[in-house]
Amino acid sequence: MVTFVIRRLLGMIPTFLIVSFIVFFIIQLPPSNWIERHIENLALEKGGMFSSESHRSLVHELTERYHLDRPYMVQYGTWILNFLRGDMGESFEYRKEVSGLLAKRVPYSIMISLLSLIFVYAVGIPIGVYSALNQNTLGDYIATIAGFIGLSIPNFFLALILMVFGLYVLDIPVGGLFSPEYEDAPWSFSKFADFLQHVWIAVLVIGTSGTAGVIRVVRGNLLDVLGEPYITALRAKGLPEKTVTFKHAFRIAINPVVTGIGMWLPSLIAGETIVSIVMNIPTAGPLLFGALKSEDIYLSGSILMVLCIFLLIGNLLADIALAWVDPRIRYD
Amino acid sequence: MTEQKTQGRTIGQLIWRRFLKNKLGVIGGVVIALFFLVTVVAPFLATMDIVEQSAQHILAPPQKIHFQDEDGKWTRPFVYNLTKHRDRDTLRLSYTEDRSQKFYVRMFVKEFEYRILWVLPGRIHLFGVDEGCRWNLLGTDPFGRDLYSRILMGSQVSLSVPLVGVSLSIFFGTVIGVISGYFGGRVDYYIQRCLEIMMSFPSLPLWLALAAAVPITLPSAYRYLLIVMILSLIDWAGLARVVRGKVLQYRDEDFVLAAQMSGCGLGRIILKHLVPGTLSHLIVCATLAIPGMILGESALSFLGIGITPPLTSWGLLLKDAHKLEVLVHHQWITIPGFLIIVVVLCFNFLGDGLRNAADPYS
Repeated sequence: MVTFVIRRLLGMIPTFLIVSFIVFFIIQLPPSNWIERHIENLALEKGGMFSSESHRSLVHELTERYHLDRPYMVQYGTWILNFLRGDMGESFEYRKEVSGLLAKRVPYSIMISLLSLIFVYAVGIPIGVYSALNQNTLGDYIATIAGFIGLSIPNFFLALILMVFGLYVLDIPVGGLFSPEYEDAPWSFSKFADFLQHVWIAVLVIGTSGTAGVIRVVRGNLLDVLGEPYITALRAKGLPEKTVTFKHAFRIAINPVVTGIGMWLPSLIAGETIVSIVMNIPTAGPLLFGALKSEDIYLSGSILMVLCIFLLIGNLLADIALAWVDPRIRYD
Repeated sequence: MTEQKTQGRTIGQLIWRRFLKNKLGVIGGVVIALFFLVTVVAPFLATMDIVEQSAQHILAPPQKIHFQDEDGKWTRPFVYNLTKHRDRDTLRLSYTEDRSQKFYVRMFVKEFEYRILWVLPGRIHLFGVDEGCRWNLLGTDPFGRDLYSRILMGSQVSLSVPLVGVSLSIFFGTVIGVISGYFGGRVDYYIQRCLEIMMSFPSLPLWLALAAAVPITLPSAYRYLLIVMILSLIDWAGLARVVRGKVLQYRDEDFVLAAQMSGCGLGRIILKHLVPGTLSHLIVCATLAIPGMILGESALSFLGIGITPPLTSWGLLLKDAHKLEVLVHHQWITIPGFLIIVVVLCFNFLGDGLRNAADPYS
């Protein structure tokens, strides 16, 4: 098992390098030179008070820090090495270190994504099992069609509708993460409750599309497994149906759902990003969107990297979980 | 018995028969066909030029068609003009019908000029009303532009983006998949690793990054093309894997060996013997990829970094609904959202039906 994890970790290194290079390439795509624009803006703001001397020293400082006068690959190398050391550069829009901005927001992104994942599994797996055990009944059809509808609603549209519903029908605050009184309070049970009250719409919206996928996979797999000869053998042995279903069939049928975490996570992150932008929840999503629009490249690049790393780790955990759940998978 | 039945039918016929048994799939297919038909003749159905603004009709509600006059007598359908009021306290706009003059609905009216599919010119529109009235069948947007016409013209973008995008995906997916599967070995290994990396990217953040990199000042048409390319960029990786799997499976079959023995060139083997075998799976995957593209385009346009005016799309139309107070008092602006749901749902039904039918021997 340990060798398996180590091999898997080593395999992540080239992936990480390629992913980071792609991210670097993408954030450098916009044609305008951000540094010139930034300095122009600074000069305009100060009403020309900036002497050309301090101008030049600023340009010099920034050029030094990010090696802007060096070849592309050196710039990339500087960026990624600094990133790994925790120095993610400076956000020009916020005039703050990127790492500080991310430390505040990324945990909430991850929390919301994980809550959505729990929601997807907590809703999808029972419904999938129900559908499989009651194949071609009314309940099965309703579950299937409901799943399809969930899959077909644009996340941002569902978020809008639920926000209107929450605001005007339930009369509760929507958007944001906390009520003002909990904003700076230390974590407590009531703060968490307040948090849930604010993010349930987001979790519901992000979860709906994933749930349909889980329902379909669980249903299909359980049906396949229940048709296997060994299940018939177990039944012939006289085992109660419950034991057959849950102890023998369910455990096998669930495997692809566990590995599927690697598949669901990208869509959860995508959902989290857009829903947070629409609902103005202060997570990494709106920060990324703003940074992309203002070409605040060290901020947007770092967020993209963090999201990719989150995905890589998710995939790693899914692989380890699968190796642990399914003894047939060889470790070497 | 079944043996005899299946004899003499091609795989295509078998797939088709199986598909017809899936009612949801057939319904989905029919609805999609209707949508595309409407899209092609959209300007003929539209009642107004989509760029025509009107300060007198800002966020006007859908205008009712009356079939009965004041005395309750049935007449030809007609509409009334709307008059704008602004509430002195809340400053909210409201509209009342101006009952002084009736405007009858007429068929085949002459209105603004258009071209169907860029070639067929015309001035005749399916319906309209008498001169002197602005008829907004589904209400207007914050610029007073007719929502009904905008939805129709927006469908051209919303429904063509996934088609063009999926075509691109199919092309690249097939080429890369065939190369990977047919040559195998080292080439296959590296291509597969690259595909895995591409598929592990979070799609939406990547789309956001790429779409934001496209200059907003670019002409609408170029932007449209770039958005399509961005959307299919991640998408083709999945298709390439499917094709590769199938090619790998067929590569060592006897019929390929036979083709090689009889002196077929590489191109012929790939195009005539390998690609057709992957076709059914390719079509299924492509159909199932379309919903993701429709949703992706609408999300990007909704955020303002997708399609730009003067073109419009359903996602772009929904941008006006982002302000909740606008949405609450003017529910008609959410109509494009429901159309997206219907189209995506139908594509999902269709794709699901095709998937179940694609393997007729199972």
